[in-house]
Amino acid sequence: MAEAIEKSVGAGPGGSDPDTDNYLTHGKGVLSWLFTLDHKRIGVMYLVAILGSFFLGGVFALALRTELWTPGQTIMTADTYNKMFTLHGAVMIFLFIIPGIPATLGNFVLPLMLGAKDVALPRLNLASFWLWLTGATVAVASIIIGAVDTGWTFYTPYSTTTTTAVTAMTLGAFILGFSSIFTGLNFIVTIHKMRPEGMTWFRMPLFLWGIYSTAIIQVLATPVLGITLLLLVAERTLGVGIFDPSLGGDPVLYQHFFWFYSHPAVYIMILPAMAIMSELISTFSGKHIFGYRFIAWSSIAIALLSFLVWGHHMFTSGQSSLTNMIFSALTFSVAIPSAVKVFNWLATMYKGSIRLAAPMLYALSFLFLFAIGGLTGLFLGSLSTDIHLHDTYFVVAHFHYVMFGGTVIAFLGGIHYWWPKMFGRMYSERWAQVSALLVFVGFNLTFFTQFVMGSHGMPRRYYNYLEKFTVYHQASTVGSYILAVGFLIMAGYLLHSLVAGEKAPANPWGAATLEWETTSPPPYYNFAHEMRAGDPYDLDAMRWDPATGGYVRKDPSSVLASSGEAG
Amino acid sequence: MAGHATTPQEGLRVDHHFENADQQYQSAKLGMWVFLATEILFFGGLFVAYAVYRSNHPEVFIFGHHFLDKNLGALNTIILICSSLTAAWAVRAAQLKQIGLLKLMLVLTMLCAFGFMGVKAVEYNAKWKHGLLWAGSYDPHLDHDEPITESTTDEELQVPGAEVEAEVASQAQRVGDADLVESEVVSESTVVDAPTDRSNIASAAEGPTGLAGAGEHGPDEHAIDIEPANAQTFFSIYFLMTGLHGIHVLGGIGAFLWLLWCAQRGDFATGHFTRVDMVALYWHVVDLIWIYLFLLLYLIE
Amino acid sequence: MSDHENSFVHIASVKLLLVVWIGLMFGTWLTVAASNVDLGPLNIWIGLGIATAKATLVALFYMHLRWDKPFNAFVFLAAFFFLFLFIGFTMMDTAHYQVHVIPGYSPGMGG
Repeated sequence: MAEAIEKSVGAGPGGSDPDTDNYLTHGKGVLSWLFTLDHKRIGVMYLVAILGSFFLGGVFALALRTELWTPGQTIMTADTYNKMFTLHGAVMIFLFIIPGIPATLGNFVLPLMLGAKDVALPRLNLASFWLWLTGATVAVASIIIGAVDTGWTFYTPYSTTTTTAVTAMTLGAFILGFSSIFTGLNFIVTIHKMRPEGMTWFRMPLFLWGIYSTAIIQVLATPVLGITLLLLVAERTLGVGIFDPSLGGDPVLYQHFFWFYSHPAVYIMILPAMAIMSELISTFSGKHIFGYRFIAWSSIAIALLSFLVWGHHMFTSGQSSLTNMIFSALTFSVAIPSAVKVFNWLATMYKGSIRLAAPMLYALSFLFLFAIGGLTGLFLGSLSTDIHLHDTYFVVAHFHYVMFGGTVIAFLGGIHYWWPKMFGRMYSERWAQVSALLVFVGFNLTFFTQFVMGSHGMPRRYYNYLEKFTVYHQASTVGSYILAVGFLIMAGYLLHSLVAGEKAPANPWGAATLEWETTSPPPYYNFAHEMRAGDPYDLDAMRWDPATGGYVRKDPSSVLASSGEAG
Repeated sequence: MAGHATTPQEGLRVDHHFENADQQYQSAKLGMWVFLATEILFFGGLFVAYAVYRSNHPEVFIFGHHFLDKNLGALNTIILICSSLTAAWAVRAAQLKQIGLLKLMLVLTMLCAFGFMGVKAVEYNAKWKHGLLWAGSYDPHLDHDEPITESTTDEELQVPGAEVEAEVASQAQRVGDADLVESEVVSESTVVDAPTDRSNIASAAEGPTGLAGAGEHGPDEHAIDIEPANAQTFFSIYFLMTGLHGIHVLGGIGAFLWLLWCAQRGDFATGHFTRVDMVALYWHVVDLIWIYLFLLLYLIE
Repeated sequence: MSDHENSFVHIASVKLLLVVWIGLMFGTWLTVAASNVDLGPLNIWIGLGIATAKATLVALFYMHLRWDKPFNAFVFLAAFFFLFLFIGFTMMDTAHYQVHVIPGYSPGMGG
């Protein structure tokens, strides 16, 4: 029956030179990129767009940190300051971190890890990207026409009555939400339907467990954000009055709606980061991951438990005390699976042979920073302490430790890990270490001071502050500039590697997952042969090959599918 | 005749990244079910708003639903059920390569969808005429049995709470313009202006008269005669829920038009029916949601 | 009686389609009739029960879940589970704090 099936693209010949014939060179011109169905190109386009968004969000961050150098006005008015922190939050969250790892590394690596030619629904994947572009354009347009000053949370009734560009920004976020939903949908279908021979659920790389759990949240939570933003727009344009007390509405209801999505959303942010961590820790400890099933199940547990705790953002909102108590108790449960992961990563490192390559530096940073971020979440989850800490800089520091110290750091680790695979080049290890150090130092200086400030009562989103907080704010601002330098250096050596970096072998790190079984960069069809899965953490199956300057499998046939029919 | 299954591999185009047609079909199906799950949660938000407001202010819903015509609602329910039948039948026709029957079923489904929108238009129009719109535009023109004449006293026109309503509604007009306003505490009873523009068109509900406070029915006898505070919330929820549903019906019409075009082009001659199956799945969910909307909005007692 | 083939997909028989249609019509009639009878708080639950029965007919037969891989049904049901979580917690909370709401009051926004 095989003959009767038309295949639109046949398997290409093996042995073509990856330098000149790879997915980057296959097909020329802007249109071949904008209309591509190749998950690798889509991933790269997302990477460029998302890192651009990170830069934009970072500019807003530097602006607001500069303003906070002194109490009172430093470089901008209070209204402008409100817009700065709102835009920093909205851009970072909706344009950068939510799409973040899944859209970039997820898109690129997922099919390769499955030994597949693409995701299950490539056209939907392209549609996701176009939706991202559209949503981002609308969001940026809203910034230009007047920007938003409500905080990224758009709480009513201020957001329904302010004259700033709330409608435009929320429409942008609405469109971006659909990009996220479709990406999650695609990944769920791909992982369910396109695993190769030998890859049962518990032989999947843990990166895929993490991406899968993220996709569950993307699919279940984001639609609720969609309806929330739609209701907000309807409120502003038509006056439907669901959230406006003067029309009979209920503003606390808005918060329930908003946080039902936005709490699971933070797990959309962290789960992919944890997914990357499992890969990095195992590879750079030279050791099989410890506690595979625990890590796999903990990803699912986090995804499911994340839906049970949204009220912990609302302890001081007017939420009833019964609900407060229930959400506080449930919040402690969601810390457990995260802790399970951290223990297993540490156990993986124990008695391993650690290599402090740049990806590992980021992985180690993650362990330290995420631990702090996660533990401080417990202070906030505890009802009585949250009454004092809510809406202070303690909260700001907490979520930056988990989102930045967690997600962004892991994202950077993943970028450095898969960079050779994506672009066929090695970057400068020396400069990467410098940058990683600057980022680590800058980050802690910026945000640790905020924990102290917050516990002393410094409120968040405040333009002005008491004299006693000046030294903390100034330290924090200095830290933010150090961060900026670190990132600029990173941009420098990464871009430089694209033109002048050493050519990368297929497997520079000695990892055992399937993406390393093809060339760096891969051909557009991914693999020359049907692949079969082995143990994704069987690092002993690899050996160093001086001829290629990389690692090769001791028994290459172990990952080739048992072919019954001709090619 | 009871059909036989199409052999999936006959001339079927399989995308290059799939191993076989079955994997392709199952992937599309799973993808569609995941999408339908997202639609449930999307609409679900509105059901949450409904549940919250109804459980806390049941009088608003008991009052408001009388302005919905149960018969039109039931008619729409029947129309959508018939359209589900024709959609499911269209899938069967596509599976059996009965292209003529497929096209007929697609057309019938679309006719049902148009019919549904037509009935909706009638309902919306009636609401608009009576000013029974969402909160920001809520401005009820209601009738009662007695015609309004110069001798109709203000007291006869007033209903308990209506003056609050008028004040709130007029505030809402200003708020709805998205200006920053001071929402004042509504305390005094202000008299409703003599409504010279009140229409004498009967309200949508048969039977009980509209917002008559004019002494015909005491507040004890018929709860619906007393317009409760925040009555406009019912209409906000009504328009949000049925409006979003209507947008999905329009989307469905578009999808069926596309299928018709594909059928015309001969895309289904090979027995490749996945597209029809997927659109039909979407359409059934649209029907499902309406089944609950009909119950929850029209059939409250 | 539905066709049960060795093919990779199930095809519904005309008879099945029509029987389900009759069931849905009957269910609609029943819902409307039940709403005309005053059973107090039971009304809504009876109505929801009939609606759910109709929905089940549509999902199982028109949407083919009866013959599909069970995971598809699981996905669909999971959505409802999370929706009920959302409704449940929110209703619980609003019920508790609504009693403290001052009707018609909204703090001044301007000036």
